[in-house]
Amino acid sequence: MDSRKGELIRITTLLVSIVVFVLSLPLYFNFNAHAYEMQFVEKLPWIPSFGIHYHVGIDGISLFLILLTTFLMPVSILASWHITKHIKEYMIAMLVLETGMVGVFASLDLFLFYVYWELMLIPMYLLIGIWGGPRRIYAAVKFFIYTMTGSVFMLLAIIALYFLNHRATGEYTFNLLEFYRLELSFAVQFWLFLAFAFAFAIKVPMFPFHTWLPDAHVEAPTAGSVILAGVLLKMGTYGFVRFCLPLFPEASHVFIPVISWMAIVGIIYGALVSMVQDDLKKLVAYSSVSHLGFVMLGIFAFNIQGIEGGITQMINHGLSTGALFLVVGMLYERRHTRMIADFGGLTKRMPVFATLFLIITLSSIGLPGLNGFVGEFLILLGAFRSRILYASIATSGIILAAVYMLWMFQRVMFHEIIHEENKTLKDVSKREFAILIPLIMIIFWIGIYPNPFLRKMDASVNHLLKQTGEKAQTVSNLQTQNTAVIPKIDIVSETKAEW
Amino acid sequence: MITITHYLVLSAILFTVGVIGVLIRRNAIIIFMCIELMLNAVNLSFVACAHYLNSMQGQLFVFFTMTVAAAEAAVGLAIIVAVFRNKETVNIDDINIMKW
Amino acid sequence: MLDLVALILLFPLIGTAVNGLAGKRMRKETVGYIACGAIGLSFLVSILVFCGLLLLPPEGRLFEKHLFVWIESGSFRSLAALQVDPLSTVMILTVSGVGFLIHVYSIGYMHHDKGYHRYFCYLNLFTFSMLLLVLSNNFLLMFIGWEAVGLCSYLLIGFWFEKKSASNAAKKAFVVNRVGDFGFALGVMLIFLIFHSIDFTEVFSAASHGNFETGNFAITMITLLLFMGATGKSAQIPLYTWLPDAMEGPTPVSALIHAATMVTAGVYMIARCNVLYMLSPFTMTVVASIGAATALFAASIGLVQNDIKRVLAYSTISQLGYMFLACGVGAFTAGVFHLMTHAFFKALLFLGAGSVIHALSGEQDIRKMGALKSHIPTTYKTFLVGTIAIAGIPPFAGFFSKDEILLEAFVRGNFIYWSIGAIAALFTAFYMFRLLFMTFYGESRVDHHTMEHLHESPGNMTLPLIALAGLSFVGGFLGIPGASAINHFLSPVFGGHTHAEIAGTELAGHSGHHGAWLPYLMMVVSTAIAIAGIFLAYQMYIKKPDLPKKLTDRFRFIHKLLLNKYYVDEIYDALFVNPTKKISVKILWKGVDVRIIDGSVNGIARLVGGLSNVLRLLQTGYIRNYAFYIVVGCIFIVVLAVFGK
Repeated sequence: MDSRKGELIRITTLLVSIVVFVLSLPLYFNFNAHAYEMQFVEKLPWIPSFGIHYHVGIDGISLFLILLTTFLMPVSILASWHITKHIKEYMIAMLVLETGMVGVFASLDLFLFYVYWELMLIPMYLLIGIWGGPRRIYAAVKFFIYTMTGSVFMLLAIIALYFLNHRATGEYTFNLLEFYRLELSFAVQFWLFLAFAFAFAIKVPMFPFHTWLPDAHVEAPTAGSVILAGVLLKMGTYGFVRFCLPLFPEASHVFIPVISWMAIVGIIYGALVSMVQDDLKKLVAYSSVSHLGFVMLGIFAFNIQGIEGGITQMINHGLSTGALFLVVGMLYERRHTRMIADFGGLTKRMPVFATLFLIITLSSIGLPGLNGFVGEFLILLGAFRSRILYASIATSGIILAAVYMLWMFQRVMFHEIIHEENKTLKDVSKREFAILIPLIMIIFWIGIYPNPFLRKMDASVNHLLKQTGEKAQTVSNLQTQNTAVIPKIDIVSETKAEW
Repeated sequence: MITITHYLVLSAILFTVGVIGVLIRRNAIIIFMCIELMLNAVNLSFVACAHYLNSMQGQLFVFFTMTVAAAEAAVGLAIIVAVFRNKETVNIDDINIMKW
Repeated sequence: MLDLVALILLFPLIGTAVNGLAGKRMRKETVGYIACGAIGLSFLVSILVFCGLLLLPPEGRLFEKHLFVWIESGSFRSLAALQVDPLSTVMILTVSGVGFLIHVYSIGYMHHDKGYHRYFCYLNLFTFSMLLLVLSNNFLLMFIGWEAVGLCSYLLIGFWFEKKSASNAAKKAFVVNRVGDFGFALGVMLIFLIFHSIDFTEVFSAASHGNFETGNFAITMITLLLFMGATGKSAQIPLYTWLPDAMEGPTPVSALIHAATMVTAGVYMIARCNVLYMLSPFTMTVVASIGAATALFAASIGLVQNDIKRVLAYSTISQLGYMFLACGVGAFTAGVFHLMTHAFFKALLFLGAGSVIHALSGEQDIRKMGALKSHIPTTYKTFLVGTIAIAGIPPFAGFFSKDEILLEAFVRGNFIYWSIGAIAALFTAFYMFRLLFMTFYGESRVDHHTMEHLHESPGNMTLPLIALAGLSFVGGFLGIPGASAINHFLSPVFGGHTHAEIAGTELAGHSGHHGAWLPYLMMVVSTAIAIAGIFLAYQMYIKKPDLPKKLTDRFRFIHKLLLNKYYVDEIYDALFVNPTKKISVKILWKGVDVRIIDGSVNGIARLVGGLSNVLRLLQTGYIRNYAFYIVVGCIFIVVLAVFGK
């Protein structure tokens, strides 16, 4: 393909993604922060005979994730300017990916949700498998199969909900808002929660389902990593907030210790393993495990600080880890290596880059005044309010975060330059500057004045808490009955009548 | 008196011959003919049953089957010819490229 | 006038932004003027605010400036709001005043450095963060300042990032501080849990209105956690190890951050939370004990160090220990007073040391100095003032504040605190004069090449020295026993607990069994201790220069132990750093991650693959076989249908 055509494709894709971003901005400005109901709802029949609708809408929880997606997209496309192999297919994959991601966050119909969920898997699989590094096939297949395994259980659970809803209301529908009204018995909740949670836990990824992540990140092209870390992982945490908590409140309460401990182990474990990586991308990948652990801990604190902090942290992680991958990508483009040992002393050659990198690093560490802190603190505060022990252990993650990030930064950016190749490195180009600056501005914005963001979440999060709280009123006695014994009633007998 | 049973027995015999032919012969054309034999055995049952039950549906089905069989014969023979052109044989033991 | 308080923060922030964004393209002079101007203006506004506060009646000296809501979530609310009260006023005056002088000094000191604008950008950012720390009106906003000063400290210690030791030290400082911040963050959360607010005024008024009995467990936990933060930031046992290493930074940085201001943040914080601390006798004991232990421990290390800046670093740790001792026995005013005087004389000493280093083209080892008295007279004179001040000779500043702490330790604490403090004071006088003698007296051990370049520092370096020397001399008069201005000024903050007791004249009535003569006796004793220390140093390093060598040989073990700082760094490495790394690599990464989790994942994949390989054998590719399977299947189904029932 000649280069002019390639350029045209790039610019078109960029413009499309920017237009999408601009179109998504009214969502933020016209969002009514006082209403907890879904807003901007569209509902059109798709397969009416099965009760399947094209049903989308957003609330204060999905709003920011959609904005994050549309915001990261132009950035990632700018970051893939150097792609020359099958450029058309690459850009198509990116845009299909965007469709899938926005769809996942906006769907209010579980069937539609599942379609989008699987839809975004395919372009990501291709991105890793075609434009990835040397072990790309292994990584792509691992990514795909891991996610698929989880999805299958989720699909089963969705179908089960479909029939349970029919039995309760006599109506066939995949409408999430209808499902919210279901009164499920604890045993059903238990199993359905497990099915959903399994799919989401893999996606988050929570310890011990995280091993696809480092491989996928290492092999994926820069933009792939950015999207993967920035948005795809959030689908897991978002899934917990959107489905697990309100649909299965009692089960969620029962699972607090399990999920919390998984999150805590993830925080510490991710940080420790991240600390000793010698590959930059792997380091950032494991740091994601740690960060997402915080998010999960916040969500399962079941109070407003925890959940709002969790959502904020989802955004923050998207921004700062996305930015970290961009930075690593920039280094990779220059040196074609990601090994920390191949760098050192870059500050001298690349002062502007060093400043930007440092700000991003600090944001990832959670320095007060930058975005990471707002989320982390609220999460820990929420966790602290519900269970002091959990929060106390998790807080030690902030020490480890400083250790692994700063150690990495030191080895890459400080010291004398020892490798000859590094002596001729160029500082950031205008394009790279344009990629990072918007991210950094938002990093500061959320860090210094997060209140507008938090206010838009209030109504939705309060509603969510009300949903989980009201439906889980009986949880205390249920908990005593059921923590030890796994309920025996199986889902098949519950739904057998429908078949 | 030839009863329905006779027809059905004949049909079964024809069908079995067809099956055995498909299983043990190696020439693709003969296998193909055996398949046709099986189809026609079924046709026979259809007609017999239709007559027995005084229903036209069985007759109708026969026409369908015959149409399908004709189409199949066209496509199948074409495949066999194509294979023969490439492989210079219609012995199915030599044609095992369906395995990956 | 109090409304101007936001400007105090704004000016350094503007300085940071201008120098950070455009400093590279500006002339060096401009960069320096902008930075100094920003802090200078900040200082002027601080004076205005101070005057504004003085105009108010003593009980009403509390002003809050609400800027915007920072974080709000449910019932949790952290404002971005500033608070002006006597304590924060003392702090902003000290920070911006000393900060201004150090900025001016830096113009000369850093003149030849390539990262000139970067340096001033960081320094302004630091001043901003420190001012934010002392002006904030709630715990979380304070935590921004708290971490931001840590960041600036990181950036400035690692200013010469090419040096491996510097970047290591920077990282160590940040990480060790983070350990402390871990406690601080938990403390803030616990405060919110108990008080449902993190606002200083609300928390303290709730605590002081008798809602909590003395010794309340929650309060004890809060104060201990906050104190953990303080041990990190203020370099107390067990988290002090970063401070000596922090001397890798440029010397003015050591003066500003690692002597005068940032490291005192812990003391400020405890003083700020005095209401909480007074409710927990246990924590107070811990604070006092750790303070006393650190004072002695660090001073003993300081006795034998040979790097001019490291001696001062250990001295700083030791002096900070004094401040914590004061806070721990409830003498918050004394602690804050010492904080202030210490800022003066320790900044002076560091800047003086910087001037010496500057004169000697970067030499820091006092064994390679000597007889510099006549070569750099201004530096010498001011350094002498600083040394006398820290040694505690009346009427210099250090005397008043240190004496007050020792007195309080004796009166409110016990004899052990006092004697530890006294021994530390002896050590202090000794090692400071050892430093002075080895640097400025005796025979010159400077090598020939350096000698040629030996020169007194330029005016913009000596003027701050002189100014600080002046402050070190007069600063103490703010706290003369009996007519203590600072005590009076701070009394609204520290309430009834302290202010009645501190002045010597009132002491008699309060703790009758000691009598009115006690303060005077104490003064005499502490002066005598200081003089004894000086005399020892004089004997060892001027009169009998071979004596130290003999003593070293005689007490080789102790000397080696002290020289190697009790091997604490090595112990920490062996206990925490190395095992963590090893466990992470060997067990967690290569073991759990690669072997167990990924192993089982890949194992499942391989199992499926293996089974498929077996099943694959059915796939012969012969149509006949497939047809056969179909027939068998059909027969099976027919048989099942016929005979199944």
